[in-house]
Amino acid sequence: MSGTASAVVDGERNVRADFPILGARTSRGKPLIYLDSAATSQKPLVVIDALDRYYREYNANIHRGVYEIAARATDAFEEARAKVARFLNAGEAAELIWTRNATEAINLVAWSWGGANLHPGDVILVSELEHHSNLVPWQLLAERTGAELRFIPVDDLGELQLDRLDTLLERCKIVAVAHVSNTLGTILPVAEIVARAHAVGAIVLIDGAQAAPHLPVDVRALDADFYVLSAHKMLGPTGIGVLYGKRALLEAMPPFLAGGDMIRSVSYERSSFNELPWKFEAGTSNIADAIAFGSAIDYLAAYGMEHLRTHERTLLAYAFERLAALEKRGLTIYGPHDPDRSSGVISMNFADIHAHDLASILDTEGICIRAGHHCTMPLMGRLDLAATARASFYLYNDRSDVDALVAGLEKAAAIFRLS
Amino acid sequence: MDDFYRDFILDHYRNPRNFGHLTEPDAVAEDRNPLCGDEMRVELEVDEAGKVSDIRFSGKGCAISQASASMLIESAKGKSLESILALNEESVLENVGIDISPTRMKCAMLGLGVLKSAALAGIAKASPE
Repeated sequence: MSGTASAVVDGERNVRADFPILGARTSRGKPLIYLDSAATSQKPLVVIDALDRYYREYNANIHRGVYEIAARATDAFEEARAKVARFLNAGEAAELIWTRNATEAINLVAWSWGGANLHPGDVILVSELEHHSNLVPWQLLAERTGAELRFIPVDDLGELQLDRLDTLLERCKIVAVAHVSNTLGTILPVAEIVARAHAVGAIVLIDGAQAAPHLPVDVRALDADFYVLSAHKMLGPTGIGVLYGKRALLEAMPPFLAGGDMIRSVSYERSSFNELPWKFEAGTSNIADAIAFGSAIDYLAAYGMEHLRTHERTLLAYAFERLAALEKRGLTIYGPHDPDRSSGVISMNFADIHAHDLASILDTEGICIRAGHHCTMPLMGRLDLAATARASFYLYNDRSDVDALVAGLEKAAAIFRLS
Repeated sequence: MDDFYRDFILDHYRNPRNFGHLTEPDAVAEDRNPLCGDEMRVELEVDEAGKVSDIRFSGKGCAISQASASMLIESAKGKSLESILALNEESVLENVGIDISPTRMKCAMLGLGVLKSAALAGIAKASPE
């Protein structure tokens, strides 16, 4: 990896060259300007190659074969887990459970931990800005167990209001909160929430789907009980995600899905279960994607998460500055207009142009953004918005992408005859 | 797609025809596109011959959904409920007269679906079981 490391740290031009798709052109012959990394990130060649190499050279099932390629596949699969553990500064790799994505990781906790620990009258606390994936599993858990679902309020800028937190935490058993808002980019005060929740004996699940790709994350410094992420938002393949959980919690939890690989011994009447992490990994795992995610982690670690954060902060500051010129023509930006308090996302509306029309016009220029409610319908209702246009950035974006976005917005203004 | 946003489309978007509500509608239907949050409601007044004597629509959405609906609703006035049921995607596209990309076809067809639901409701009301 040392070759990759020096190549990417040298400058932005080299980073872009690592992503084959960024050299592509649209059917209209426009260069691809990718500003939708909050939906899914693009993949560097090292990740694509890792997938290819597994299937070409050592495709075999893991944890059972005695032959050479099976051993190699098992080693690569478990090494990828160890890489994620180091990336998040977990205490040990056994605290990392492979899932399909962050959503499945949250569902695992809601079913397994929630089913065993929640009773009528207990409280589940989430925030008003959660992605549906960190809301609906808790709604269903509350219905199943008779627990009460409460919400940490947000203000109009999308900042959590913590002044009533201690009251909300009364009778609370678990808090589930995003680390970064996928709709507004707000970085949430998760360390403070964890400390105050722990003070009353509640545990905390942090949804890191939008944070782990962009910020240095240290689950032990945060003292997170659970931390979840999706590989595809952080240079890895789709279909693989991670649940981090503290060993004591995971050991006390009943299995989630049942089947092969998660058992120690099975008789017709009963079974005993495997140790961590495999207790929660029933059936053949997503071997190829886990291994390729390991390569994505290598890439991010070599680039450096502090460096990435600095790059994005600089880029956001430049974007806020360029977009400010459009505010007098009716551009509204939601969330904190502050690169120090937000990460990777700018959510906006432009005069009376609907977000979908804006996305369509930008698409004709090769610019990919997201329009809609971003899977946060309750938050959109709270902010009294039907839809926003969201541009999101990552390590391969640079000032030229921001310039293209501004030019695209100016084109939309001209088409819609904005003064 | 940028060809879509012609002056008459923007005019229908910003000044939708027959926008609002009827005091005593004979038939009403509404729907929403859960992916983008667009909402639409259509209200019909039906005469004794089973023809649309007055019509209103309301809701919110993008220029494509609002302008397509405005033009479609305008053309529905005076039509029989049966002939409204016979309308299809091609009728909408003919009405609009401009190409719509596949990714935005759902927006353009939101009004059609709600209009036909309102016509069905009108037919059901005229011939109770």
